Amino acid sequence: MTMSRIIIAFGILSLAIAGFQPSATAALFHPKTHTLANGMQVVVIEDHRAPVVTHMVWYKVGAADEPPGKSGIAHFLEHLMFKGTPKVPSGQFSKIVARNGGRDNAFTSYDYTGYFQNVAQDKLDLVMGMEADRMTNLVLTAEDVDTERAVILEERRSRTDNSPAAQMNEAMSAAQYLAHPYRIPVIGWKHEIEKLDQADALAFYRRYYAPNNAILVVAGDVEAEAVFALAEKHFGPLARVSLPPRWRLQEPPQRAARQVVFRDGRVSQADWQRSYLAPTRAAGASQHAIPLSLFADMLGGGTTSRLYRGLVVERKLATSAGAYYSSTGLDYGRFMLHVTPSPGVGLGEIEAAVDETITAVLKDGLLAADLERSRTGLLAAAVYARDSLFTSPRIFGDALTTGVSVEQVESWPDEVRAVTMEQVIAAGRAVLKMDNSVTGLLLPDAKEGK
Amino acid sequence: MTILMRSFSVVVFGLTLILLAPISANAAKILEVRSPGGITAWLVHEPTIPLLSVNFSFAGGASLDRPGRNGTANLVSGLLDEGAGSYDSLAFQTRLQDLAVRMSFSADRDSFSGGLSTLSTNRDAAFELLRLALIEPRFETEAVERVRRQIITGLVESQEDPGTIATRLWFATAFPDHPYGRPSNGSIESVKAISTDDLRDLLGRMLARNRLTIGVVGDISAAELAPLLDKTFGALPVSVAIEPVPEVSPVGAGVLKVVQKANPQSQVMFGGPGLKRDDPDWYAAYVLNYVLGGGGFASRLYAEVREKRGLAYSVYSYLYPLEHAAIYMGGVGTKNQRVAEALTVIKEQIGLAGENGITEAELVNAKTYLNGSFPLQLTSSGRIANLLLAIQRHNLGIDYMDRRASLIDAVTMADVRRVAKRLLRPENLLIVVVGEPAGLTSSN
Repeated sequence: MTMSRIIIAFGILSLAIAGFQPSATAALFHPKTHTLANGMQVVVIEDHRAPVVTHMVWYKVGAADEPPGKSGIAHFLEHLMFKGTPKVPSGQFSKIVARNGGRDNAFTSYDYTGYFQNVAQDKLDLVMGMEADRMTNLVLTAEDVDTERAVILEERRSRTDNSPAAQMNEAMSAAQYLAHPYRIPVIGWKHEIEKLDQADALAFYRRYYAPNNAILVVAGDVEAEAVFALAEKHFGPLARVSLPPRWRLQEPPQRAARQVVFRDGRVSQADWQRSYLAPTRAAGASQHAIPLSLFADMLGGGTTSRLYRGLVVERKLATSAGAYYSSTGLDYGRFMLHVTPSPGVGLGEIEAAVDETITAVLKDGLLAADLERSRTGLLAAAVYARDSLFTSPRIFGDALTTGVSVEQVESWPDEVRAVTMEQVIAAGRAVLKMDNSVTGLLLPDAKEGK
Repeated sequence: MTILMRSFSVVVFGLTLILLAPISANAAKILEVRSPGGITAWLVHEPTIPLLSVNFSFAGGASLDRPGRNGTANLVSGLLDEGAGSYDSLAFQTRLQDLAVRMSFSADRDSFSGGLSTLSTNRDAAFELLRLALIEPRFETEAVERVRRQIITGLVESQEDPGTIATRLWFATAFPDHPYGRPSNGSIESVKAISTDDLRDLLGRMLARNRLTIGVVGDISAAELAPLLDKTFGALPVSVAIEPVPEVSPVGAGVLKVVQKANPQSQVMFGGPGLKRDDPDWYAAYVLNYVLGGGGFASRLYAEVREKRGLAYSVYSYLYPLEHAAIYMGGVGTKNQRVAEALTVIKEQIGLAGENGITEAELVNAKTYLNGSFPLQLTSSGRIANLLLAIQRHNLGIDYMDRRASLIDAVTMADVRRVAKRLLRPENLLIVVVGEPAGLTSSN
């Protein structure tokens, strides 16, 4: 039951982003790139299997770029981008896409905000024109903003306020980062969302939405040259703006292990997590990033991993145990562990067993056969990633907004092939230190301790 | 890393949604492959990328669970890749990973399904592992107890999940004396009660060739596939008698059930009788639902509940045609103080569309969207293979993809009005609310 295990181990969000990281891909996409005179970067991945395209615009701005006290404004603006322009009346953007047989949506993360349409290839001109239009011509009324704020507060209730597990994750991020804005939830704190207004949204929009802060990614049944020409037509005339430097508060050195204990009457099943501050391909000791992907897989990537074999199969302490590492992130990454205890097993016992496993692995190393199995899995994932029409544009958008180059995406399989066991263990030793960690305990209520 | 989407994509019943939609680039290329041993599969040969996906399904599924043993099919689905033939659990899982083969099984109310994806280079070995999983599962005690523990832990966790609570209560109320009223993954008590004999008994009744459909997409030709079908599925019994599942209609019209949960937002599920997949008015209902609540950012419910009033982040409706029942369902999440208001708006919209149908413009827009967006859903081999299964399972014909657009285009205003009167009756709704909704209490 591999799938359900993965879901239990990492949660839906991680699954959703698994496809976003370069570590799920390969030098197999053969993208073609071009930069417009106004600084807008264009990436095209040709795939002629079906007459459809994915058109995406990624802005190099996200929740970690918000001004203090305005948490949630990046995501709020993302919603408001569907309101209107002088050419497209309020609320019509998605309806026009739908009337042309297309689907659209948008997403916000810490380092980027993205908008996309999936359409038949002959509609690319239309949607690109609309996307270029709303890059500079957004019109917001106070009423639109008020209604959408209520929608976003409902979104926060659905995702977070209704869910102790999500609130625990919020608390763990806040504990992991003392200074860096990754400590603040992407959706924002409720009390700050409640005060966001039209002026906040427009200020953020004017500051960051411009061709020289955007990346156009098109994948599907297109010729790159034709896409470049369309991009010139629609985005070419837009003026570049003066962008603030992309700099966030940096973390002070962490000197002590941190712990979050979250008790809630709504919790029926206890849960144990740990998060270590980690480098990414773009930040920190980035030479560890790809070895860490392999280390995470061997430690807790599936049913043959050390944690699963040890805690779930052999000692029966847990019903799931896994590790997860995402190699992208502009400033920092996190290496995560997650264990669900078996009935009657306390979280203290879980923690001791996890620590024992990690100590043994870092001291004694792992088997060469395990490394080869993980390597096979990662390289195969690159082939599987090519099968989905929507995976490749997401990988490039994610990479290019988080400081990873097209070349680095393409060289990923070669780098995976070259990783040695020494590098894997060195990466594990560099990151899995208690002084780097936050441990989180999710507990049913106040009566039972660890 | 957190990523927020502008809207939830509602893929509650993915297979159904795919099935409802229109035309693909590969439409013309579906082949029916019949093996020497008489096993049929539908194939789309797509050699561009060196991999293939095999999806298959046996009609039956959780509705074959014995009374008091609900969740047996689900437990079986967790165990077929946990040791088979000469491989124990660890050896089987290791073999899958060494070959980078992806194998999965699942059970729902009407079927037991599986999927296999493999790189072309490992094709024969992957099919052999699938054969072992289906024909020679070991059900060793360690694996059975481990997976049972995992399922029970999941059940304990979901006891506090408002969405799961709402769904379970809705189905239990709508289908009180029918397998559909019991959750596919069982209850803590029933899962504890399942023995290895129960697992083997169910496997013996469930996996028969007369209830098997297969869809294959990717880098494999018909000539290469045919012998692999016999090798993989040939040892299954040709047919096994099973007790028929009775036809049933949902009850509970007009009933409101409130479950108190200390959450700031109430989770609401509403629904009533729908249409079976072979209903002559199916396409009219499909168009109608797109306009009312199925159309993402373009639906009336989206406009009235979210866009105009800010009552919810997520509001939707969908047709859910089961094998032996037909339902029409929807959901919304709204803060406790405004649930009553949200329900009033939703009922009003259902009533309005029920009485007046939809506008000409809405009909035209719906057709354009439903036809135009179809190829966008066929985004991977696995998804196309699933579509092949759905077309077979509902007897839509191998030329269905060619006819799909014309079936949708043929829907008239009169068709929509007729089906709207039948389908959209606010008084027929059974409503479940989980939360602390202000001013709402259970009826009766």
